Amino acid sequence: MTTAMLEAVAWKDGKRHAWLMGLLIPSLPLLGWALVAATGLSVFWWTGPIFYFLIIPPLELLIGEDRNNPPDGAVERLENDRYYRYCTFLYLPLQYASLIGSAYVVARGGLSWLDVLGIALTTGLSSGVGINAAHELGHKKPALERWLAKVALAPTAYGHFFVEHNRGHHVRVATPEDPASSRLGESFWAFLPRTVVGSARSAWNLEKERLGRSGLGPWTLRNDVLNAWLMSVVLFGGLILWLGPVIIPFLLIQAAYGFMLLEVVNYLEHYGLVRQKQADGRYERCQPQHSWNSNHVVTNLLLYHLQRHSDHHTNPTRRYQALRHFEQSPQLPSGYASMVALAYIPPLWRWVMDRRVLAHYQGDVTRANVYPPQRRKILARYGAGAGPRD
Amino acid sequence: MSAYRCPGCGYVYDEVKGEPREGFRAGTPWRAIPVTWCCPDCGVREKPDFELVMERTPRGA
Repeated sequence: MTTAMLEAVAWKDGKRHAWLMGLLIPSLPLLGWALVAATGLSVFWWTGPIFYFLIIPPLELLIGEDRNNPPDGAVERLENDRYYRYCTFLYLPLQYASLIGSAYVVARGGLSWLDVLGIALTTGLSSGVGINAAHELGHKKPALERWLAKVALAPTAYGHFFVEHNRGHHVRVATPEDPASSRLGESFWAFLPRTVVGSARSAWNLEKERLGRSGLGPWTLRNDVLNAWLMSVVLFGGLILWLGPVIIPFLLIQAAYGFMLLEVVNYLEHYGLVRQKQADGRYERCQPQHSWNSNHVVTNLLLYHLQRHSDHHTNPTRRYQALRHFEQSPQLPSGYASMVALAYIPPLWRWVMDRRVLAHYQGDVTRANVYPPQRRKILARYGAGAGPRD
Repeated sequence: MSAYRCPGCGYVYDEVKGEPREGFRAGTPWRAIPVTWCCPDCGVREKPDFELVMERTPRGA
């Protein structure tokens, strides 16, 4: 045996048990409920935002990074170990228990609108990070995992993500054609409507095209956008029938906050990065330099290594536990949780990130994915020759 | 009849089986697949990236 083989056999995954931390977020609504019951303090209805915005960012900076990769020889064993996929499967019962439990608490009444907002945002966090669980599941080949992906998307009514992410975003990532790749100079608030509308439209067209090849129209249950949306109709319809229309605002806020969370993460992942066009008119292959990464261990555990984004885009079917850190990939200054807070405040985001995009392109801003309405201003500011692309 | 493999994830398009879910009936030849079609499993590699893995001679030839 070579040293490398021995090393692979002996290698143990230091994060193995820590992956169970991912189940913390879908438990927060239930935890908040228990804390309110135990203490009588209604501030605990806000457990989700408190956890996400006040507890995680400092922990992220305090605990820092983990750049360890599994040795190549251990990857197959690691990927085939079913324990890791059960960690993601377990997200779903907790996510559903939290959604149903929270809807019940809201319907029971006796709460101020501020309490209801806190419950909706805490549930929205669980539903939104559920899109991340769906993301992990939806990239896999087994039919069970693909079906569970749609189930995890139902609480945010984002079923079209199942189609658009794999067949739209991954194909066009870091190009001006991708609604889910943000551009240099584009604020999150400008990006949000563009990605929400653009992604839904693109998903519909992808399914229409796929079904069209079989001579079918889009209005069939074989349309994965329609059948995934139908799950949301059944889920929301069932809850409203049971608990009454009083829960409608709660359902809408948690769904909107949930998918906004996904979209703000989309915003971070490829900001300003772009693939160049080759002579044959095709874009160059998606490479490690086309995604922002972070090795901050706390958020990586909560989001199933989503922040090792370059490896994910190179090998989308690779399971989360086996994703690697690439030395040559651009790194965010902190983990996604902190960067999300920054993205909500555009001047702060641009102050932190624009210089990093510029440094990534060695000062040549014309090589970045520039937001067209800001193009003139950005080129003027960063001193690049306006050139023929202006 | 031949088969073509996605170099990224190992998905194989077999002309004999086609890919009915994608609208390609059994027996659909590789040349009838649109050039913009991408791998249905990974979504990263497109038709021009696929590699020929198996050349089959039609029966009786």
